[in-house]
Amino acid sequence: MKRRSSALVVNGLLLGGSVAAVFPLLWMVSVSLMAPGEASAFPPPILPSRPTAANYEELFAHAGMGRYLVNSVFLTAAITVLSLILNVAAGYAFAKLKFAGRERIFKLLLGALVIPAQVAMVPLFLLLKTMGLVNSYAGVIVPAMAGIFGVFLVRQYALSIPDELLEAARIDGASELRIFRSVVAPVLAPIIVTLAVFTLLGTWNDFMWPLIVLSDSDLYTLPVALAGLSREHVQDNELMMAGSVVTTLPVLIVFLTLQRYYMQGLIVGAIKG
Amino acid sequence: MRYTRGAWCFVAPALLVIGVFFFLPVLAAVAISFTDFDIYALADLRNLRFVGLSNYFTLLASPPFWHALGNTLYFVAVGVPLSIAVSLGAALLLHSRLAWFRSFFRTALFAPVVTTLVAVAVIWRYLFNTHYGLLNYLLGAIGVPRIDWLGDPHWAMPAIIVFAVWKNFGYNMIILLAGLQSIPEELYEAARLDGASAWRQFRFITVPMLAPLLMMVGILTVAGYFQLFAEPYVMTQGGPLQSTVSVLYFMYEEGFKWWNLGSASAVAFLLFLLIFAVTALQLRRGPPLLAR
Repeated sequence: MKRRSSALVVNGLLLGGSVAAVFPLLWMVSVSLMAPGEASAFPPPILPSRPTAANYEELFAHAGMGRYLVNSVFLTAAITVLSLILNVAAGYAFAKLKFAGRERIFKLLLGALVIPAQVAMVPLFLLLKTMGLVNSYAGVIVPAMAGIFGVFLVRQYALSIPDELLEAARIDGASELRIFRSVVAPVLAPIIVTLAVFTLLGTWNDFMWPLIVLSDSDLYTLPVALAGLSREHVQDNELMMAGSVVTTLPVLIVFLTLQRYYMQGLIVGAIKG
Repeated sequence: MRYTRGAWCFVAPALLVIGVFFFLPVLAAVAISFTDFDIYALADLRNLRFVGLSNYFTLLASPPFWHALGNTLYFVAVGVPLSIAVSLGAALLLHSRLAWFRSFFRTALFAPVVTTLVAVAVIWRYLFNTHYGLLNYLLGAIGVPRIDWLGDPHWAMPAIIVFAVWKNFGYNMIILLAGLQSIPEELYEAARLDGASAWRQFRFITVPMLAPLLMMVGILTVAGYFQLFAEPYVMTQGGPLQSTVSVLYFMYEEGFKWWNLGSASAVAFLLFLLIFAVTALQLRRGPPLLAR
C-alpha cells in the first residue's frame, strides 16, 4: 500500500512538472489561433472561441515573416553544413593524424573554451566592418564556420577509431582525403548527426550576434525580428504568439525527430568531456 | 614521431576560422579596452587614443555599472542554486523505479531547453501580465493579490529567474540523470540491507557519488547565467528602474547603442575575469572534478 502511494506521488510530481514545462508551449499555439484582442481578458481563455489563422496571415502579409523565415533557414543551413565540414575534419585530425604541435594547439583550444564568446564581440564587429561583412549574411556565417566545441566533440568520438583501420587503408594506397571520406566519415556518422543537430538548434536560436551584426531588417533572422516586433506590439498577444510559433516550432520539430542524437551529444559533451 | 602527410589540410581551415574570428578578437578586446574607441574613432581611426586603464577606472566609479553587476550577481546567486535544485529533483523523479512513461516525461521536461529563447520570453511576458496573465490568475485562485511581475522593480528579477529556471532546468536534468544511472545499484542494495532510510541513502550514497558531476554542472551553469542578456532584452528592456540591466545588457548598450566600444570591451573583459574568478573559487572549494 505504501509503495502504491509513493508511486502516485512520484508520478504526480512528474506529471505536474511536465505540464508546467509544456503548457506554455501548447498555450502559445492556442492563443495564436485566437481573434485579435481575445486573449486580453480575465480570466485568460485557454482555447480560442473560433480558431482563426488571421494572425499568421497578418504576420506573413504585413510583417515580413516570410522573409525572416527564409533568412533563418538559409543562415542555419549554411552554417550547419560549413561548420560540420570544418569541425569534423579538424576533430578527426586532432584525434588520429600526427602533425607538429598537435597536443599544444589542442590544449590551447581547450583552455579557450572558458572564454565567453561575448568577449570577442566588439573586436569581431570591427574586424567584419573592415572586411565589409557587417550587415550581410556573411557577417553571421563566417565567424560561425568552425567552433572549438565542435572540434572537441568530434575528437573525443574519433579517438575510438582503431589505428589499424586507417593503416590498412593507407597500405592499400588510399589518399588521406579518400580515407576520410570512405573510412572515417561512416564511422563518425553518429557524432556527425549529433553535432549537426546541436549546431542547427544553436544557430537557429542564436540572438545576440545576429542582433549586433545585422542592421538591415531585410536580413533579420526570426529571433531578431520577433524581438523587434514584440517591442512594437506589446499589447497584441495573439499576433506575438503566432510569431513565437513560427520562430520556435521548426526547432521543436527537429528536436522531437532527432532527440536521441541530441541527448547523446549532450551526455557525451558533458560527461566524457 | 612520423607526421601524417597532408594532416594540416584537415586542421588548417578550422584553425584559421577559430584563430581569425575568435582568438584574434579576444586579444584585440584587451587592446581596445585600453583605448577611447568611440563613434568618432569608428568614423576615422586617427581619433583613437590610448587611455591606459581609464576605461576600467571610469566603470568602477560608475553607479550604473555596479547596478548591472549587482543585478547579475542576484540573478546568478538565486538562479543557479534554484535551477540545479529543480534539475536534481526532476532527475531523481525520472530515475525513480516507480516512474511510469519515463521517456515521455523526460521529453516533456526537456522541451523548454530546445525552444528559441526570444520566442518563449515573449510567451512568458504574456503569462506574467499583471491584468490578464495566467500566473496572476492562478495565484489569485489561492488568494494572492495581483503582482505587477515585470513592472515592479522588486518583482522583475524574480520573474526573470522563474523564467530562466523553466527554460534551462532540463539541460542539467539530463546530465544528472545520466550520472544517477551510473551509480552502482549494489550500493543502494547494501544500504537497504543495513536498514538505511531513503533520505540517508540519498545523503550518503547519491550526493557523494554525484558530487563531481554536480560540481561540473554548477560551474557550467554559473558561467551560463553570468551571460544573461536576451531575457531582459525581450521581457523588460532592462527596466523597470534599471532593475534587470545585466552586465551583458550594459555592454550591449554601451557598445552597440552608444558606440563606446573601448568601454564596452572593458565591460566584456571584466565579466570574463569575474566568471573566471568564480569558477576558480568553485574549483578550489568543491570536491575534485571527475578523474579523467
